[in-house]
Amino acid sequence: MTKSLRVKSSEYIDETNRISFKFNGKTYHGFKGDTLASALLANNVHLVGRSFKYHRPRGIMTSGSEEPNAIVQVNPGTNRTEPNVRATEVEIYEGLEATSQNCWPSVEFDIGGINNFLSPFFPAGFYYKTFMWPASFWEKYEFFIRHSAGLGKSPTSNDPDIYDHRNIHCDVLVVGAGISGILAAKNAAKNNFKTLLVDEKNELGGSTIFENNEFNKIDNKTPSEWLKKEIEELKNIKNLEIKTRTSVAAYHQYNYLLARENLTDHLEAKDKTNKIRQRLLKIRAKKVILATGALERPLIFNNNDRPGIMLSSAIKKYSEFYGVACGSKNVFFTNNDSAYESALSLYNKGINVEAIIDIREESESKIVKKVKEAGIKVYWSHTIVDTAGYKRLNGISIMKLSNDGTSVTGSKISISCDCLGVAGGWTPAVHLYTQSGSKLKFDEEKQIFLPNQNTSGQISVGSCGGDFKIDEIIKNLNQKLKDNLNIKETDLDNIKVEIDQENSKRNIWLLPSDKPLGKTKPFVDYQNDATAKDIKLALREGFRSIEHVKRYTTTGMGTDQGKLGNMHALGIIADTAGVKMGELGTTTFRPPYTPLTFGTIVGRNVGKFFDIFRRTPINEWHVENKAEFENVGQWKRAWYYPINGETMHQAVQRESKAARESAGILDASTLGKIDIQGSDASEFLNRVYTNAWSKLAVGKCRYGLMLNEDGMVYDDGVTTRLGENHYIMTTTTGGAANVLGKLEDYLQTEWPELDVYLTSVTDHYATASLCGPNSKKILKKIIPDLDLSDENFPHMSFKEVHIGNIQCRIMRISFTGEHSYEINVQASYGKDLWEKCIEAGKEFNITPYGTETMHLLRAEKGFIIVGQDTDGTMTPIDLQMDWIVSKKKYDFIGKRSLYRSDTMREDRKQLVGLLTDDPNIVLEEGAQIVSELNQSPVEMLGHVTSSYFSPNLKKSIALAVVRGGKDMMGKKLFVPMENKNINVTVANPVFYDQKNERLNA
Amino acid sequence: MFLINCPYCGERDQQEFKAGGEAHIERPKQPTELSDDEWAEYLFMRKNIKGVQFERWNHAHGCRKWFNMVRDTSNDEIKAIYKMGEKPPAQ
Repeated sequence: MTKSLRVKSSEYIDETNRISFKFNGKTYHGFKGDTLASALLANNVHLVGRSFKYHRPRGIMTSGSEEPNAIVQVNPGTNRTEPNVRATEVEIYEGLEATSQNCWPSVEFDIGGINNFLSPFFPAGFYYKTFMWPASFWEKYEFFIRHSAGLGKSPTSNDPDIYDHRNIHCDVLVVGAGISGILAAKNAAKNNFKTLLVDEKNELGGSTIFENNEFNKIDNKTPSEWLKKEIEELKNIKNLEIKTRTSVAAYHQYNYLLARENLTDHLEAKDKTNKIRQRLLKIRAKKVILATGALERPLIFNNNDRPGIMLSSAIKKYSEFYGVACGSKNVFFTNNDSAYESALSLYNKGINVEAIIDIREESESKIVKKVKEAGIKVYWSHTIVDTAGYKRLNGISIMKLSNDGTSVTGSKISISCDCLGVAGGWTPAVHLYTQSGSKLKFDEEKQIFLPNQNTSGQISVGSCGGDFKIDEIIKNLNQKLKDNLNIKETDLDNIKVEIDQENSKRNIWLLPSDKPLGKTKPFVDYQNDATAKDIKLALREGFRSIEHVKRYTTTGMGTDQGKLGNMHALGIIADTAGVKMGELGTTTFRPPYTPLTFGTIVGRNVGKFFDIFRRTPINEWHVENKAEFENVGQWKRAWYYPINGETMHQAVQRESKAARESAGILDASTLGKIDIQGSDASEFLNRVYTNAWSKLAVGKCRYGLMLNEDGMVYDDGVTTRLGENHYIMTTTTGGAANVLGKLEDYLQTEWPELDVYLTSVTDHYATASLCGPNSKKILKKIIPDLDLSDENFPHMSFKEVHIGNIQCRIMRISFTGEHSYEINVQASYGKDLWEKCIEAGKEFNITPYGTETMHLLRAEKGFIIVGQDTDGTMTPIDLQMDWIVSKKKYDFIGKRSLYRSDTMREDRKQLVGLLTDDPNIVLEEGAQIVSELNQSPVEMLGHVTSSYFSPNLKKSIALAVVRGGKDMMGKKLFVPMENKNINVTVANPVFYDQKNERLNA
Repeated sequence: MFLINCPYCGERDQQEFKAGGEAHIERPKQPTELSDDEWAEYLFMRKNIKGVQFERWNHAHGCRKWFNMVRDTSNDEIKAIYKMGEKPPAQ
């Protein structure tokens, strides 16, 4: 039976609202306002998980987002399950279920616990050292290692929740709503700054809200009473937006911050439906005020990880804020005064405090005196040398500390206890501060890293800025607000503060035991089971950089990113290596501060909104006619049109034959189209294409090849001269945006004197490409008035005509080698045009074909596809396209590079045709080509770039790039595949109609 | 994520922009007269300094204008922004 450890009614806990929840299958009760951690502690449950490596029993350590141990799987087996959630942050609701992680079969009895006894065999770098040999065994090792890796379980079904993104622009963003955050936000908003105040918790007030130390007074009230009044006043302030349950995850340059606002995680399942679960706030702030507070440090001593060992500040929060006693026999272990506040808090509620172990020689502060008056035994200059209890702490042993703090003396004293609060001082939460690019400095006296060089537009206030005492906090906050926000007067000018001044501290990073270090387990990183021993081992093995030690020992690499133990790791390294902490530096704090769900990161961009698809105006027809689609860039293009259950191969063979024998039609709307106008348009084309353009007559088309400045082929397409100063350029489908960008770049930066205007019109036109020997007859049916004779409308020319009322541009150009027309109409008429062509072509068995057939038909003709047959290393000369490179033009983009020693090498890879000796074998695209089979190492000559079975030639054809291929015509080569070697012969890349007779057929 | 003051549109988020490498590298007027080494100097050689660097940027998802930026690469401070063709500000 579990007994309840509720000690008093807390105003933050609604005892009239009883909530039942399940943990590890067992039902417990808590109250509205409880976190999973506080509710479990109230039920005397400390054991909540197993550690990662040694499977040691672990309990709740903290009361906040820094929790390393109490990470649980929430709602297991449901589509809302989430792993690695900190129990200290889960607000309980009716029906909540949670389970422990990293244990099997249960947290109480965990088979993996054997690792704890095998721990001498698992030193730092165990996996690196052990699984290196034999190399071939890695696959076998990997199976087992993967099995034991990871903590929780990812959901296996779709996330039912909605996530959202919101942009926020504000004058002042205040991160953290403790005393300094609240005062900063209040004064900023009162001075007409549009202010946003965020805090990760559901209640404002930070730790001051339960600060009832009778020796600290603000305006004669306890800090807690005084702050409640301040919070009450916030409600009436304009310009102030407050967001609770909102954790800032990242702080990027120029005051751009990402925060996660949690909206439904604390609600019952029935109330979560159809609501936004989490929202990613993208905040751009003119000023950022960091008031992120400080995290209490643990102390590093032997077996410091047992369930029941907690941060002293957490024990205080559970007692004051949640009304929960974490133990019935409490002991505190400290190096400063804060443990005394926690002890008094328990004492005042009638909870037994057995003793305080203090590593200092003495302290004379009022609160220490008060504790002594209360009769609580204080052991000065003592340290804990060991703890006892496997699944729950049941005792500690203490010994006297030597003067230098490196060893223990005297006799051992045993103290029985079930809860130990450790207080190792406070570490400013500077994570967001450093993420912004600001630099830290180590304060040797306080033994903390403090903000030093800020980027502009930010301030750190309160304990994250190094001010721990209320009088300092208010004084410095006041000055910083005045300086940075140009405020003359604040509310803080006349606040009267009294405090208990004494705050001595004795810092020892690794506390000694009576046993040698090798026989102890002083944990530094609880989640990853990294001990002080591991860190010292890494140093002995030669690691010096803190970043290397971190990776080798995995210190600070868990889901908590070492929020508790990182400082101790640094301290132990500094002490061992004999360097100063400030010289050592810190590891890099990376976003997110606390883990984000994938849902929050992607927001609404899921499902069909994951990436944008572009569809042509004719798309609907393709869908109706059962086309299969392929993605080309962002476009959905018709790939092939299977009929009666055809395979892709069957469909493509049929489509390809039809296009050559009668008529085919392709949706070419996706080709990039750039409208070029201006008195220097011809000169511009001369400079960007390799061939000459000045003499192209109005109404004529020309194919152009565009290079990069390095001489490599970048794009190709047909450009038509529509008028004296007016051209329309087509680009490849995938290259359209980049080509426009490149042309704009040259126009704006290199040739601003040219009178040229570029407009992308890709989406403005729909294009049907009509091809085949009957294409002329079909077009004649559609436009009876147009003279289609070769004299009036020859190949590579253009007509602007009307089909009914629809204006259209027709180019007689061909990418298939057949007589063919590209008909362009305003996009909204695209489907209409297409249907007219299909209707008119019926008697000729017009066959719609997709991109696959288009690729096959052009390959039969040896036409390249930029990006398939080229890869950014092919010059026009390599492509055997010397004919398109003007010798007369003085300059064009890439010209000079064609005469570099490297581009003029004879043995460059060059485009050739390949024919397989067995005409039925189709090569694999990407297959390597060699000239010798028995060479070792074999010399790779090149690879296959395009390969098809040609139904028109009734044999397999391929394009390939082969080193020195130009001079290999007729040479026998080999394509070695996994199970066979394929014999091939180098051939002319134009396989079909080498005399181009069909263009005018 | 920078906040970039486009000389034509004003302050916009970095995601609207595209970086375009080192600024003030002029395309040679007479490339054919250059040696391989001289051409290679123009074509390939770029500075990559820790400190103040002159860069080209393009407001690709905005006005599509190119402009120049002076940026300290060590802390990402944007020190100046000026239009194409304008002289860089004195150091």
